[in-house]
Amino acid sequence: MSLPLCDDRPGPSLRQERGQREVFCGLTGIVWLHRKIQDAFFLVVGSRTCAHLIQSAAGVMIFAEPRFATAIIEERDLAGLADIDAELDCVVGRLIERRPDIKMLFLVGSCPSEVIKLDLSRAAQRLSQTLMPQVRVLSYSGSGIETTFTQGEDACLAALVAQCAPMPEQAEPSLLVVGALADAVEDQFRRYFEQMGLTRVDFLPARHAADMPAIGPKTRFLLAQPFLSDTARALEERGAIHIPALFPLGVEGTEAWLRAAATVFNVGEQVFQNTISSAIARAEASLHRAREKLAGRSLFFFPDSQLEVPIARFLSRELGMELTEIGVPYLHRRHLAAELDLLPDHVQIVEGQDVEQQLDRCRALKPDLTVCGLGLANPLEAEGFSTKWSIELVFTPVQGFEQAADLAELFTRPLMRRALLEV
Amino acid sequence: MQLTVWTYEGPPHVGAMRIAAAMKNVHYVLHAPQGDTYADLLFTMIERRDTRPPVTYTTFQARDLGGDTAELFKNAARDAYERFKPDALIVGSSCTAELIQDDPGGLAQALDLPIPVIPLELPAYQRKENWGAAETFYRIARTLTRPRDEATRADGRRPSCNILGPTTLGFRHRDDLTEITALLTAMGIEINVVAPLGATPADMSRLADADFNVVLYPEVASITASWLQRTYGQKQTREMPIGVAGTRAFIKEVAELAGIEVPKEIENRARLPWYSRSVDSTYLTGKRVFIFGDASHAIAAARVASREIGMKVVGLGTYSREFAREIREAAASYDVEPLITDDYLDVEVAIAAAAPELVLGSQMERHIAKRLGVPCAVISAPVHVQDFPARYSPQMGFEGANVLFDTFVHPLMMGLEEHLIGMFRGDFEFRDGIAPSHLGGSAPAQEAPAPVVVAADGGAQVAWTLDAEKELRKIPFFVRGKARRNTEKFALERGTTRIDVETLYEAKAHYGR
Ligand code: SF4
Repeated sequence: MSLPLCDDRPGPSLRQERGQREVFCGLTGIVWLHRKIQDAFFLVVGSRTCAHLIQSAAGVMIFAEPRFATAIIEERDLAGLADIDAELDCVVGRLIERRPDIKMLFLVGSCPSEVIKLDLSRAAQRLSQTLMPQVRVLSYSGSGIETTFTQGEDACLAALVAQCAPMPEQAEPSLLVVGALADAVEDQFRRYFEQMGLTRVDFLPARHAADMPAIGPKTRFLLAQPFLSDTARALEERGAIHIPALFPLGVEGTEAWLRAAATVFNVGEQVFQNTISSAIARAEASLHRAREKLAGRSLFFFPDSQLEVPIARFLSRELGMELTEIGVPYLHRRHLAAELDLLPDHVQIVEGQDVEQQLDRCRALKPDLTVCGLGLANPLEAEGFSTKWSIELVFTPVQGFEQAADLAELFTRPLMRRALLEV
Repeated sequence: MQLTVWTYEGPPHVGAMRIAAAMKNVHYVLHAPQGDTYADLLFTMIERRDTRPPVTYTTFQARDLGGDTAELFKNAARDAYERFKPDALIVGSSCTAELIQDDPGGLAQALDLPIPVIPLELPAYQRKENWGAAETFYRIARTLTRPRDEATRADGRRPSCNILGPTTLGFRHRDDLTEITALLTAMGIEINVVAPLGATPADMSRLADADFNVVLYPEVASITASWLQRTYGQKQTREMPIGVAGTRAFIKEVAELAGIEVPKEIENRARLPWYSRSVDSTYLTGKRVFIFGDASHAIAAARVASREIGMKVVGLGTYSREFAREIREAAASYDVEPLITDDYLDVEVAIAAAAPELVLGSQMERHIAKRLGVPCAVISAPVHVQDFPARYSPQMGFEGANVLFDTFVHPLMMGLEEHLIGMFRGDFEFRDGIAPSHLGGSAPAQEAPAPVVVAADGGAQVAWTLDAEKELRKIPFFVRGKARRNTEKFALERGTTRIDVETLYEAKAHYGR
């Protein structure tokens, strides 16, 4: 089944697939979120598998004492021998005692906690009552039966939005940038907005629990990440207004993203150009080198982070790569509408996954570069394919003008390396 | 509910994966949600495996839960059989599937596949990875192993054994297997089957043909070996061939089981004995070493460190509760409290309190040691990409003993360097906290936090005079923690609450080596 996305032009074709998925669950978001919100702690309520997943995804023990942990459900909890609420309270008590620096605690649901219907939102309310004002307790689900990889961040931010203070009615309109960005990228964007004369700009999540922004009908928000559908809905429910835009990947995406905000806040064209022109010139010059290496090379995406579509748009339009298949775990048609319009005709988008069939297609297409998860990368390399680990696209600062070349570099390096090695 | 920061072992189905991935022509269908596919990267990234582990995950989602997850499982099992054409299929549940109770074993049987189907029951809320590996290996052996072929018993035949235990993601299993295979072959013993690493289902069916079993890794193989002993009368080895003494004991045991003489010249590659006797090793005498890991590696490391290198064991522990008894016995022989826990934070506290000069542990202890500024070497799983070196680096046999000597000694400050730092503490390049020069020098090591000493009755604490503190700082940092502890203990025993320079030197004389 092949559906055109819109009627008036061929456009990319979309197919849905079901079968074995080879993707992380939403718990993985903790790996970057716990670094981003510097006084938050993430307590997964789950199994030994969940603990092992985060530890393995984090690349065993980067940080001596991380701000995440797992409350592992045991047989006695399941058998009803222990009162599971009391057990959880006890675990949280121990944790807060050990880490008095924690200001915000997320109880993170998992597949086991969902299947046994453990009500973490109620637990969060109960614990908040005893721990406030020292610690605010929130909850969300990162379970693999409900969330795929980056959707964990979406669930986390949606929970945060529900807790943000209301913005006073008479407030002036303000800009909210939504989605965790590397601190350096966030600082660059903040500088651009300042230069454009925007004075009320907030980022969600903020770096500290106490600095989370107020939200209301005067909030205009830009999504910095393509996977934030629940967060956007939660913001809209509180009256905030979405500013549709391309995502800030590559020169084209970043310019369009900034321009969307500039238009809403009536920034003059001259001011806008003055703000971005030198950064654009720099980015274009450095992309030029990458283009020489990537133009005409073919590319295949296994589904992973939902960043696939904007990155494919960047690689095809700014670097001249040929797109074969773009696998996405989930396609948010509204948030990605502008992105999809820019993809070349007849590109195959596959939503969902049957990993075995997808591997068959990848082998048949023989792309020059394959973007895939860590479980597939070495086996594909051994078969002679050049691969890029998709998780790096999430863990590396890639948004904005100054990072456009870094993003391109993630794709040139595997090709250069393969050319370099004589063994 | 257990609060866990880092885990030493994964869930039991990861143990099952280690068996399936070690074997050939076996496929594992695991009823599990999508996130559980992370386990593939343990094999492809940590071990740098060049093929995907032979595992199909059903990846059911929330929307399937109301519907038919059982059908999903059956389809996945059928498709996996069609695609991979394995000689045997193992099936089971992950932690989440265990809760929805679909009975993968029954569902897979109902498919009537023309190959053996081996159902696994791995209780994810009670058990862990090593147990899961052992149980899976046992279930496979129980299903596939046939009674011995009496034709193999012909007179005049060379004695034969199986080697049981090596898996994927094991600590140096690949190289241990090479070393022990060479050792057994040199002894004139035939290897019937190595399992699970490299074994096919057909190989598993021939286990009973061997005369006895070599149990390389009891964590994985002891349940199976005991069953083989009960069922087919095959004796099994108990000695771990780690270190020179361990390897000698192993050789003797094997010779007895095989009914042969110990061949001469078998030790010709053992360098550890002379290296240890060489005078440059004198400085290793009595070095305080803390050891934590899986039980077999920890016990063996303690024996090598103490009896073959001359160090002093000041802590010994394991995260394998299944082997608590063995660790207790070993700890008693070193007169230390056994530490049996899988709580990383407890291990950290115990290491800080023991003030060791060297830590031998897993990657977890490496991080603890780094934080405490204590040298460390890795001797046990859980593994990390660094634990799969490109070079040959066994832990077992005589070459393994050579490797252990290098491994234990390498992180330490060398003898003369240690003396020079002791003599010239004021030299800015020899400043406190500097790492051994062959390890790149200046990495600042923090001193272990001084333990707060409280008298047994919960009463008075000891206080240091300014002069005594100053004098203490002149003691090289790598022994300062111990000096502080000893002095405080000495003072408390004498009922002194104030430590001055005199007390410091009295304590030094009291505890002097
Ligand atoms: S998929 Fe579910 S059970 Fe597996 S790690 Fe993620 S939340 Fe835990």
